[in-house]
Formats: sequence, C-alpha cells, structure tokens
Amino acid sequence: MTDTITYRDALHDAHREALEADDRVLVMGEDVADYGGTYAVTKGLHEEFGRARVRNTPLSESGFVGAGIGAALGGLRPIVEVMTVNFSLLALDQIVNTAATYLHMSGGQFNVPVVIRMATGAGRQLAAQHSHSLEAWYAHVPGLRVVAPATVTDARWMLASALDDPDPVIMFEHAALYASKGELSDGGGPVDLDRAAIRRPGSDITICAWGGTLSKALEAAEELGSDGIEAEVIDLRTLRPLDDATIVQSVMRTNRAVVVDEGWRSVGLSAEISARITEQCFYHLDAPVGRVCSAEVPIPYPSHLEQAALPQVPAVVAAAKAAMNR
Amino acid sequence: MSDPIEFVMPSLGADMDEGTITEWMVGPGDAVERGDIVAIVETDKADIDIEVWHSGRVAEILVPPGRLVPVGTPLAMLDVTDGEAIPPAPVAAAAPAEATAPATTSPPPAPPPPAPPPPAPPPSAPDMVAITSPPTRHGPTSYGAGDSPATGDDGAPASRIAASPLARRLAGERGIDLSTLSGSGPDGAITAQDLAAVSARPRPVQPEPDRPKRDPAERMRRAIADLMARSKREIPHYYLAADIDLEAASIWLEAANAERPVKDRILPAAVLLKAVALAAAEHPNFNGFWLDGRFQPGDGVHLGVAVSLRGGGLVAPALHDADQLSIPDLMVGLRDVVARARSGRLRGSEMSDPTLTVSNLGDRGVEVVNGVIYPPQVSLVGLGRISTRPAVVDGEIVARRLVTATLAADHRATDGQLGARFLNTIAKLVQEPEKL
Amino acid sequence: MTNEEAARVIVDAIEAVAADADPREVDPTEDIWYALDLDSMDQLNVMIAIGDRTGIEVPEADYPKLQSLADMTAYLAGVVTPKG
Repeated sequence: MTDTITYRDALHDAHREALEADDRVLVMGEDVADYGGTYAVTKGLHEEFGRARVRNTPLSESGFVGAGIGAALGGLRPIVEVMTVNFSLLALDQIVNTAATYLHMSGGQFNVPVVIRMATGAGRQLAAQHSHSLEAWYAHVPGLRVVAPATVTDARWMLASALDDPDPVIMFEHAALYASKGELSDGGGPVDLDRAAIRRPGSDITICAWGGTLSKALEAAEELGSDGIEAEVIDLRTLRPLDDATIVQSVMRTNRAVVVDEGWRSVGLSAEISARITEQCFYHLDAPVGRVCSAEVPIPYPSHLEQAALPQVPAVVAAAKAAMNR
Repeated sequence: MSDPIEFVMPSLGADMDEGTITEWMVGPGDAVERGDIVAIVETDKADIDIEVWHSGRVAEILVPPGRLVPVGTPLAMLDVTDGEAIPPAPVAAAAPAEATAPATTSPPPAPPPPAPPPPAPPPSAPDMVAITSPPTRHGPTSYGAGDSPATGDDGAPASRIAASPLARRLAGERGIDLSTLSGSGPDGAITAQDLAAVSARPRPVQPEPDRPKRDPAERMRRAIADLMARSKREIPHYYLAADIDLEAASIWLEAANAERPVKDRILPAAVLLKAVALAAAEHPNFNGFWLDGRFQPGDGVHLGVAVSLRGGGLVAPALHDADQLSIPDLMVGLRDVVARARSGRLRGSEMSDPTLTVSNLGDRGVEVVNGVIYPPQVSLVGLGRISTRPAVVDGEIVARRLVTATLAADHRATDGQLGARFLNTIAKLVQEPEKL
Repeated sequence: MTNEEAARVIVDAIEAVAADADPREVDPTEDIWYALDLDSMDQLNVMIAIGDRTGIEVPEADYPKLQSLADMTAYLAGVVTPKG
C-alpha cells in the first residue's frame, strides 16, 4: 500500500517519531515551537512534547548551533534547525571548528551526535541571501556527514539514520521540495547513508543529481527517453562521503555522464564528481563529463532571471545530447 | 578463412602487468593446435610456457624475443582454422582482473607529438551563458567557468586526433590506427561506436630499448611484495582455525601406500587438497574472485598450490578442477606442478586462474598458517604440521594425528559463520578418506 | 652394497631432485631434510630416485628411520647386504 504525502509532512512525521523514540532527542532553532519553524516542519510538536524538547532559540546561529553541539557532547541528541544554508555561515565556526573536529582532537574520546538541518536552494524569489546552494562548503569538511533527502521517502526516514550516526550530520532540504508530494511506501525503514540510489535505470548516459535537482534530472531523462536515449539517474543522497562505487559502476556501463548541480560550477560538487569520474573511469569515457550548474551570479530576485540562473530541464537534456552527439 | 587474429601477451596472475618473450617455439607459417605451447614468457616470478587458444597457422611474429611488453600487447598474428575458438574458462576468468587496471594493461597507442589542446568550438552552450550583464562585476567567463576548455592560442591547428579515452583504449587493445577513422562524437571526436565497424589491423610494436635487467630474485621479491601489500591493503582478512583429526585418513593412506610402489605413493597433502577442493565446491562463496566491488564465483575449483622455490620466493600455480580428480590423479598433478614450478616451466593457464589457494607449511614444522590471500581470490587455506597430539575420544585421552587447518578469508565476500562451515566441511570430508 | 656405494646413491638422488643442494656439506648425523630445506615432495622424489638407481622400494613405515645421511647409508647398505 502506498500513501501520498508532502515532503514537509514526511519530515514532520520523522521528527515526531524521533522525539517519541528517544528522550534524548530535542529540536531547537528559530521559531521551531509556536511558529512551527520557517517551513512548518515542526508545527505543533511543542504541544505534544513540551517546550523543553521543542525549543525556540534567539536569532543567533552561532549561539544556538553551538548550544546544540554542546548538548550533543553532554549526551543529548539535538536536532538543530537553521533557516537556510546562507544563515548557517554564521555558525560555520561552530560546525567546522568544533563539531567536525572534536572526535579527532580528543583522540576519539568525544563524539558530537548532532543533526543540523537547513534549507537550501532557490526558486522561490527569496533573493541572493536566502537562495544559495552551499552544500559543497560542508561537503568539503572531514568530520561531517552531509545528506540531502530528495524524495518524500528519504525525507521520512533519513532523519532517524542521521540521529543514529554518532557524529555530526548536516541535512540539506531543498526549499522547493517542502510542498512537493510523493508516494511514501509502506514499511520504510533506516536509510543506508553510505549509498546513493539509482532512481531510474538506463544504459546510455549517467545523470548525477541530488536534492532539488533530482526531479529535474528525472524529467530530463523522460524527455531523453522519448528520443531513444536511456538515461540512468543517480540520486547521490549523501554528499559526503560520496558513494563513488555507485557512480563509477554506472559510468562504466554507460560511458557518459552529466552532473546536475544547483551550486555554482566553479570549485563545487559538480567539479568534485566530475573529477572522480575522470579519475576512476577515464578509459571508459566516450565523451567529456557534462555539467549543468547555476550561473555564476548571486541568485537574482526577479522570477525570470532566477529561473534563467538555475539548472533547468532543457539544459540537462542538451548536455546529455551533447555527450551523445545527438 | 577469417581475418588473422592477435595472439597477445597474456596476464599470468594479478601481479603481472608486463612480460618478456624469451623464446618462440613457433615461427611464421607453422601450424599450431589449440593448447600448444608456442612461447616462453619471462615474468617477474618465473618463466612460463604460454599456450595458444586457437588452432591455425602463425601468420606473423610481431614481438621478437627479449623485449619487455605490457600485458595485452599483440605478440603474433594467427590465421585461425577453428572459427570462433574461445579461450578456455581459466583465461576468461582471469580477464576481469585486468579490467580494474586498464591503464597498465593496454598497450598505449603510439604517442603523437605533443600538441596544443584542440581548438574545439564550444559545444551547444546551456542557455544560462546567454544571460548578459549579470548584476555582478565579474561575468561567468572570467571565473573560467565556461563550458569549453580554456584554449591558449586560438587557431593553432590540432595535430592530435580527437578521440574519447574509451575509444583510445579500445583502439590500442585492438590495434586500430585512429588516424584512419573519422569521428562521429562530440566535436568530431572518435568514439567507441566509430571503432565498432573497423576490424583489427596489426600494428607492429615499436622497438624500445631493453630495460636493464633486474636480478631475478629481486624481481620475484618485488612481485610478491606488491601482491601481498595489495592484499593486506585491500582485503579485510578474517582468520579461523580448526584442528582436524587425521587418524582415519592416515591409517587409510598408510594402507594404500603400503600397496603402492614408491613412485605412486600419495602424500597426505593430496588427501587434504582433495578435501579442500570438495569443500570449496560445496561452499562456492570461497571459490572465486572479488572484482568490481562484488564476488564473482570461480568457473570450477582450481586450487592454487603455494610452492616455495629453492633459493627463495614462491609461486602458486593451479591444479585445475581439483574437485573432479581422484586422489591418485591429484597426486600426479601435484607432483607435476611442483616439479615444474621448481624447474621454472609452468604454463600460462596454470598461472592465471587459481580460484583459491592452499598453503602447506607442515613440512617446515609449524602448527598454524595464517595466510595472506592472493588477490583477487577471496580465501586461502593454510595447513600446518601433521603431528601426534593428545585428543579426547569417547571420554579417553588418546594419541591422535591431527592437523591444524586455517582459513584466511575476505570479509567482503563472506562472514565467519560461513567460513566456519567451510572449515568444518573439510574436517568432515577427511574422516572418510575412501570416499574422497 | 657398501656404505660408500650407498652414500653415492643417496647423494646422486638428492642432487637429482634439488640441483643446488650439496649433501656433502651436511654433517652426516644432522637431519638432512631440514638442513637442505627439502619438503615431503622432495623426500618422495628422493625415494623414487633411490628406487630408480637401486631397485629398492623403501616402505613408507621406514621413513622415520631415514632422517640423516648416516641413517640412510646404513639403512640402504643393510637392506641390500643380507640379500646379496
């Protein structure tokens, strides 16, 4: 049996389940209680679990992310919600210099079991300071695990797996996905955070996507299919550590690859993935690895410019056809 | 008769990426039968007799004796008469190992002189590049962010042929000259598809100066070092040990040998090898290879027998289909392969395809052998000394002949539970030696 | 067979099996197999080589008596002498 549910509700259910399952779990962040969080993921949970476990925090990312890290060190299992990745930069010091380093600097004595969630991505006319895709900043850092649920099923089940991780996990939720609906399969369970998922099998070209670009990649694959090109679409799911094996095995079969990244092209995840493919599949490549990324500008406010700056389905189709010389 | 086919430098094990023909047993015009030994190849480990896998006639020798060439290099051209002759399973089984190291196993195409990067016209640019006057001081291109590779001096004619890495590799393997093709791929590059229609054309190997010869013992040491270091680097070993009661097998063997002339006598090792081979057939997860991130079962049980060489080093040639051999036949095979290993006359098929290895150090007096697996195999059975030890049988302490058998296995392929069953099967099988 | 003949047969047989081994260098009372690094396969081949040269089939049960050059020489001489 399947059930249609929004990405937001899937996350909501995941939070309720986590709070029910383990007394050590708490949710903290700006307006997560009465207002239900910026994207209404935690709506109503404070009534059920109390304000001690669903806590509003002052508007200070460095302060409350640091408090969450401290709570994790003290034995709790905090879920810290940050409004967007843009604002998380204020907490970068806490995340990169503290959460990511303690296990190593303490010689394995202190781990930091915190989950830090944040929205990412553009498409909602929120302008440059709310719309960037900075996943790569975190995916650069050893000591962090970075995940990006792209489907309602992953939104429903990834949180529990992230909480099970003894070390810090950064979870990126694309802002355009919250209202999206999908089928939640019955009897879901823990997500293997080490593995990417093949969302559509194909034999001609591999398209790598994640988070907000997965639906665009799948749409492009459908369009390519009607032109007789069978694209395999990989949902990376975890951006650090990258599941090289799944990507490499796919490209070994298809001999071609396109990476769709809402981040910028320069020095980003698409560059990393392209490099890994080239390093590990060089003698299997029949075309250069293609990349479809955001334009190298701060994301514009006007709708037509914003849409023009983002990776879109026609660009993915064009990149795949260029690799196929079609 | 079909087109001539290539006879290439075979891979004689996971540790080999190049070899030297030291002698051709055939010359142009000679008829060959499938299975004939046609050449001797010197590897880091030994001189190996190389068989041919087609019947036909030698058309041309491409590589003279004395030249070191990479695995996969065409050595000779054959006019075949047996049509679609297919290399036997052993060689096929070894082939995947090569796929993991294409860089070292495919002959590089003759390098054209260095050339500037191709002045490729930018491929169809995604529409975002068309945005003009972005509201920042720096346009996309000033980040080097365009789709096309940055070109130094525009307009310089490219003398290098545009071909995909896959096409270059395949052309090298098949001996196809890329300059004879036109490309249909992106930017006019030659792609794998463009090669599909072209039949192989032999390209004589360019002479290259002989490399200084290393001392054979040093090369052997180096080859073992590389393979064993790779094993411990890549393979998560787990180890199990069990004492196996050999009393019944020893009594049976003494009776059998008492009736046999010296030259037909059977060593206990042959009985144990047969038991290991049968157990491997029963537990196929220990018989095969870890390749491309998954276990690939062996095609038959080909027991690698670790043979120490006088003067140091070791090789582990295969006893093919050991589970199918009677113990006397297995003993004959063992004597033969050990003798040839020590005289340096092993065959290519024996070197390339063991599916698991047995290391027997009992003669050297040790009790327990915790072995190192030969990649890409997934298990190694170690056998210690057969010794008389106190054992409890029916509540009484009695003297029994025992051997400690160990299993070193690849935890990626199997778990300890299964490993324990594998060892138990060996122990059980030797209790009824007459049935082996 | 005299002791000298027996000793020559043994040395020849060992050298036929392991060309680089020099049994003459080994103390005649020392464990010859260990000293020359000969394993059970080599030992079997030495027994076969002795058989080829003398027609003597050494029973397997007697192997434990044949651990040094002195033992082997005495054994071979002993086996042949009564018959001759």
